[in-house]
Amino acid sequence: MLLRRRDIVCQQAVELVTDYLEGTLSRRERRRFEAHLAACEHCGEYLAQMRATVRLSGQITPGDLTPEMRAEFVALYERWRSQPD
Amino acid sequence: MPPTARSHRGRRRSVKVVEDDVELLARLRAGDEHAFVTLVARHHDSMLRLASSFVPSQAVAEEVVQDTWLGVVRGIDRFEGRSSLQTWLLRILVNRARTAGVKERRHTPIGDAEQAVDATRFDKTGQWSSPPAPWVDEADERLAAGTLTATIRDALGNLPPLQREVVALRDVDGLSTREVCDVLDITEGNQRVLLHRGRSRLRQALESEFGRA
Repeated sequence: MLLRRRDIVCQQAVELVTDYLEGTLSRRERRRFEAHLAACEHCGEYLAQMRATVRLSGQITPGDLTPEMRAEFVALYERWRSQPD
Repeated sequence: MPPTARSHRGRRRSVKVVEDDVELLARLRAGDEHAFVTLVARHHDSMLRLASSFVPSQAVAEEVVQDTWLGVVRGIDRFEGRSSLQTWLLRILVNRARTAGVKERRHTPIGDAEQAVDATRFDKTGQWSSPPAPWVDEADERLAAGTLTATIRDALGNLPPLQREVVALRDVDGLSTREVCDVLDITEGNQRVLLHRGRSRLRQALESEFGRA
């Protein structure tokens, strides 16, 4: 996003959050973003929520294979191994 | 959970998986059935989630996953360790899914404007008129109680396909930007746009779930 010399507003700040978290903002953009955050409680909350969103997605962990699926894969493996390519 | 554990969780997990995968792969090459099933169990969710995004039904997605494993078992020596085993697996999977019949999915150009937050929540000067209601503490409590992952899964499932793929690969599976670009064959710029939109939509979904303004 193109930033003008003046301060950024909330509506612009929310569009910069991912670039900020990814570390892809230019030094100037990052300074403006952080200056806005220091002065804006709501955008601070917004950033905390985006961080939480990333963290919560990381909590989806692989489920165990059911015994049926496990048996199916074992059977597949044995078939594949016994067949020529 | 301490802050360091939070911020490095995905990275740490991914490093550990890579190490174990290399060992399992060596055992699989030696014909170890148990190693095969362990690898399948480890990557099944991630593979099925990605396959489901490309093909019209769960049954076809499961076929694509099996077909990928068949390719792995038959062509195992072709893995040269230039990428992680996970990235390699997912690349094979995407190739197979694409030939298995891609559903209508790539119709939204990435360049289309999509706002992280609905414009009606800002005033004319671009400042919040309807600021985000706090929900992080409540989400953490629900997480501790074990009642949150279904909500996140649903919200993730409701994202448009490309956004869902990028967010799942990055934030659920712990792949790096580079690996995601490799698997999905997209540029880093597009990856970032899709990640931004996907995470923004997820945040909105969580706010709707928890936030009580």
